[in-house]
Amino acid sequence: MCLGVPGRVLEIDGLVARVDFWGVEREVRLDVVDQPVEPGDFVLNHVGFAIRRIPEEEIEQTLALYDELLAELEREDLMAADVRSELAGARPRDDG
Amino acid sequence: MAEAAPARLEFRDRDRGRALLDALARWTDDRIDDPVSIMHVCGSHEQAIARFGLRSVLPPGLRVITGPGCPVCVTDAPEIDEAVALAESGIRVATYGDMLRVPGSRSSLADARGEGARVEVVYSVTQAAEMALASPDEPLVFFATGFETTAVATAAVLLRDPPANFSLLTAHKYIPPVMEIVAEMPATRVEGFLAAGHAASITGWGVFEPFVARHGLPVAIGGFEPLDLLAGFAALVERIRTGRPGVDNCFPRMVTREGNRRAQQQLWRVFEPTGGVWRGITRVPNGNLQLRAEWQRFDARQRFAARLERARRIPAPPTRAGECRCGDIMAGIATPADCALFRGACTPALPRGACMVSSEGTCRIWHEYGGADPLAADVA
Repeated sequence: MCLGVPGRVLEIDGLVARVDFWGVEREVRLDVVDQPVEPGDFVLNHVGFAIRRIPEEEIEQTLALYDELLAELEREDLMAADVRSELAGARPRDDG
Repeated sequence: MAEAAPARLEFRDRDRGRALLDALARWTDDRIDDPVSIMHVCGSHEQAIARFGLRSVLPPGLRVITGPGCPVCVTDAPEIDEAVALAESGIRVATYGDMLRVPGSRSSLADARGEGARVEVVYSVTQAAEMALASPDEPLVFFATGFETTAVATAAVLLRDPPANFSLLTAHKYIPPVMEIVAEMPATRVEGFLAAGHAASITGWGVFEPFVARHGLPVAIGGFEPLDLLAGFAALVERIRTGRPGVDNCFPRMVTREGNRRAQQQLWRVFEPTGGVWRGITRVPNGNLQLRAEWQRFDARQRFAARLERARRIPAPPTRAGECRCGDIMAGIATPADCALFRGACTPALPRGACMVSSEGTCRIWHEYGGADPLAADVA
């Protein structure tokens, strides 16, 4: 419940960001993140809210763990399931 | 379900991993008969430690024990009972998925749902508020659980003018106060704490300085990679052996001294700390988060006081979880291997205690990945 999941900001509309998570686009709220966020930034998200902008020099290291977890789709992995729950906490995009 | 083997431990930076393990072995070689005892307070830390088989490569002079780091597990049975009572009285209740199967005094939310109550699983408090908005003529209660990291989201939704039919049954818990309690429990032997990285990204690491001053125990903030965890252990062991307690931030890419001020402002505008029982631990002064007076119109305990009062008058039958050692496991006194129910009478399919229900519960994690078994260390 506290693992969070990083994603790349594509577009910002007020307090809502469109964020790419490994090819899945979701909406994330920017109400609580305390640094300015721009398209291209990576943010750590928890239950649908960005809680921290990830410093640029730390992005690769931060993503590595999640790359590994999400790559294991064929295996029912407990930790990977928690990451997928975090993805489900971000809102699917409204189409139209 | 078949148990998955721990992932093979491969450090992203082999030399650094090897060097940290060597340092830990050197610094604890005089403690083999009385291992240095470090407690973590985060279910995701336990997941990472078990998943990567870290305990199998730690030196014999170092022991990593589990604290009350699973928010689902520390939600008290009477709090579950309140959610069950509201659902059974016909109110729609939404909550995080792991909460469904946690046993209360009499039953769980899943039991209530099986008997026709409307219990909805959501992945975020925002989804619950949207559910209320879509059905404005009926009340919707969000059973809000989780530590400060999750409470921030609950606060942000309240601050955004949620629909009038939306209310909260809050069971949010705040980690720093429970560390004070566990540090002083007579049966718990802890010489240093590994604090959770993402919770600390909200509170900042400075929040632990008064704790260090009061208890003389070091705190390290740890991330979730094997190397992050080893760096946290090494910082703690170094401070323990040299007798210099302090706070080390071993997760600087996510955590600063001040933390996320904007999140803190929202959290404390909506919530205030109050004493509350952590299931299996004890009553923790300031360990619960309750809605401040100005938000009471969103408090399900106020709004549905009469229904909850009726439910409280039904005496709870004696609990069948008498042998469950979840409390001892969360206090670092026992491991799942010490529990007679573990993997026998208690499994993820038929859990007897909360620690086997939640993906952050130590029993569930050890069931999935194995625990401290000395699995062949295959360190690359």
